[in-house]
Amino acid sequence: MTTMIKRTVLAAALLAPLVAGALPAYTPVTDARLVKPEAQNWLMYRANYAGWGYSPLKQVTDKNVAKLELAWAFSTGMNEGHQAPPIVNNGYMFVSTPNNQVICLEAKSGREIWRYKKTIPDELQQLHPTNRGVALYGDRVYIATTDAFLVALDAKTGKEVWKTAVADWKSGYYMTLAPLAARGKIMVGSSGGEYGIRGFIAAFDAETGKEAWKTYTIAGPGEPGGDTWPGDTYKRGGGSVWITGNYDPDTNLAYWGVGNAGPWMPDTRAGDNLYANSVLALDVDTGKLKGYHQYHHNDAWDWDEVSAPLLIDLEHKGKKFKSLVHAGRNGYLWMLERTNGPVNYVDAWPFVTQNVFKSLDPKTGRPEYDPAHTPGTGKTVNFCPSLWGGKDWPPEAYNPQTGLLYIPAHNNLCSELTGEPVKYNKGDLYLGVSIENVLTNVRMTPESKTHIGEVQAWDLKTGKKVWTHTYPEMNWGPLLTTGGNLVFGGGTNDRKFRAFNASNGKVLWEFPTNSGVTGVPSTFEVDGEQYVAVQAGWGVDAERMQGAFNAVLDQKTTVPQGGVIWVFKLPK
Amino acid sequence: MKHDTTKNAETGDVAAPCCRQRRDAVKAVMVATVMMGSGMRTVSAQPDAADAPPQPGDRLVSMDSEGAPVALRVSDIPLTSKPVRAQPFVPAEKMVRDGSRLSRVILMRFDPASLDAETRARSADGVLAYSAVCTHQGCEVSEWDASGGAMFCFCHFSKFDPLKSGEVTAGPAGRRLPWLPLKSDNGELVVAGEFSSTPGVRKS
Repeated sequence: MTTMIKRTVLAAALLAPLVAGALPAYTPVTDARLVKPEAQNWLMYRANYAGWGYSPLKQVTDKNVAKLELAWAFSTGMNEGHQAPPIVNNGYMFVSTPNNQVICLEAKSGREIWRYKKTIPDELQQLHPTNRGVALYGDRVYIATTDAFLVALDAKTGKEVWKTAVADWKSGYYMTLAPLAARGKIMVGSSGGEYGIRGFIAAFDAETGKEAWKTYTIAGPGEPGGDTWPGDTYKRGGGSVWITGNYDPDTNLAYWGVGNAGPWMPDTRAGDNLYANSVLALDVDTGKLKGYHQYHHNDAWDWDEVSAPLLIDLEHKGKKFKSLVHAGRNGYLWMLERTNGPVNYVDAWPFVTQNVFKSLDPKTGRPEYDPAHTPGTGKTVNFCPSLWGGKDWPPEAYNPQTGLLYIPAHNNLCSELTGEPVKYNKGDLYLGVSIENVLTNVRMTPESKTHIGEVQAWDLKTGKKVWTHTYPEMNWGPLLTTGGNLVFGGGTNDRKFRAFNASNGKVLWEFPTNSGVTGVPSTFEVDGEQYVAVQAGWGVDAERMQGAFNAVLDQKTTVPQGGVIWVFKLPK
Repeated sequence: MKHDTTKNAETGDVAAPCCRQRRDAVKAVMVATVMMGSGMRTVSAQPDAADAPPQPGDRLVSMDSEGAPVALRVSDIPLTSKPVRAQPFVPAEKMVRDGSRLSRVILMRFDPASLDAETRARSADGVLAYSAVCTHQGCEVSEWDASGGAMFCFCHFSKFDPLKSGEVTAGPAGRRLPWLPLKSDNGELVVAGEFSSTPGVRKS
């Protein structure tokens, strides 16, 4: 070793503890912590296993939020849709970006600690080049990638610990969701319904990456529900899992939302097509299906029911029960009862204009369809809500203080689709509607001129809407609600991130970012100060909807691209 | 597998020598794979042939027609219309080069009189070939915007001008769509060179 190298090594060795000293030692994430997360942290996709998107922090309130100011900002260096929440564990922040990167930062300052870049194949098509967040468990950080790998990273160094191929990306399987961590397992689900996959949810040993179980979302021959698919249509039946499941530690059941059946035209797969467009209750230890509810059968509208329902113990119209609440892409707000197995229908009603369901069976909730608004091969029909639904992937939020459920919605918007025959080619789109038709599907109504995007607040006790905030065009903004009587969200094409009074919907603060905000906001506390964090970075579905709007509206809007993590706090 | 081994000019009236090094790299990887005994398809003499990019002399076959591959002709490509998706075809071996998405091309036909001299020179009687893989996020460039005169990708609406060497005219793509020179052999479409630059997404 030369003297100079020796000196450098010595200097590095001396410096390392100094730099690390700025932060406390990393706190391992245990099951106990995930079941009862500390108020100062945001340990998972929706902050708690119930999926609320709620933080009890209340330093920032409806009274002082108008003074909220920038603490720091950080360029991710990536374009496209930034959708992941900044996930925070005692001063360490973990943010995932498009192209399967994870950045670890000091939560207080935005100083980069490490960055992980997953190499992705040159040939990969990324229809949804995004990622919706990491999972924390033990000393590790887990990311699911668009080339269908699950990767475990060392939380302190960002080094790969293990990497498991979950499915074959060449057949159209990919992942965008934040994994769910519980009881020694890391659970993920696969996207790719538009490429003719057979969807599944799978669990991997957190320590080794070995597959523990795999449960298909599309029932096969001989399985319960297998007779709802003709011939071998189940093999390409879709049923994507786009979004992290929620979890009830008392019953050890995880609840997952399942996407639409594929291809799109219902006559190509006559039957109910279980378990597409459903919620599934899976035992976390075994993957066994313990219960389900299919929101709508034999889908024809691309209405993925992607979000997992929120777990809320509530009283609704005089009945006290453990609920599952889901704002459906099909435009209905669903209330179900969860048990130690079966899922029971309780109530549902439309939260946006919906012209497809003529009625729901009062006992089972099974909808009856209006054939005039049900697409089919060789048939052109108009239906509302549009193929993006009443609510797409952006998560709703529930605030136990106000008792209100907040929904980022699209109202007054319809689609027109013409079904056509489709042939399966491995790795190619498998829709049954021409791409040209998909791009020009939007049909505005006279009401669209009043507004389209909404933030809605619903009193779950009474089933009444308490307030609605409207936007002229889209709302792709995931919501955060806090103990400070606040709701935060972006989602509009004017680049703004806003705070609302959670009780009455009044806009109390807004901030124009560098791009559109479709990231999941989070909040956390370090050294006695509360921070509110969100990623800006317009892309994927929001951008596609903008393209479709530009095709039919007089005004054309281009939203600038580029990912930035924005972090706000009150002035000292 | 690593494709992007050589940087090359975005434009240029001769096909940049982008692909030889890449072919060799591909071949090396293939040989290694074969030696490891994984389930490779066997193709006579050249293990990498089906995965290789288009080669001069290759014919082109439609990806959307049924039955045995038939070499496309100039007259098979509709005038100023939605692109035809195609893959390279080696007639002597009856082999379609379908091993890599990056070999896919889209074909469009224009009135040769409407093309500038340089573009006309690499067309086969007005038929132009471009990479079918978007330079933004790797989706398929399969659509035609008639009003804007642009090829475009459905994923994120990047648009490319076929009359201006695949220049980006709208959307998030940062790099033009690579073109593939063609010629006509008694009306049959023949690959006349290599891609003008590396197809697909450039990772950095």
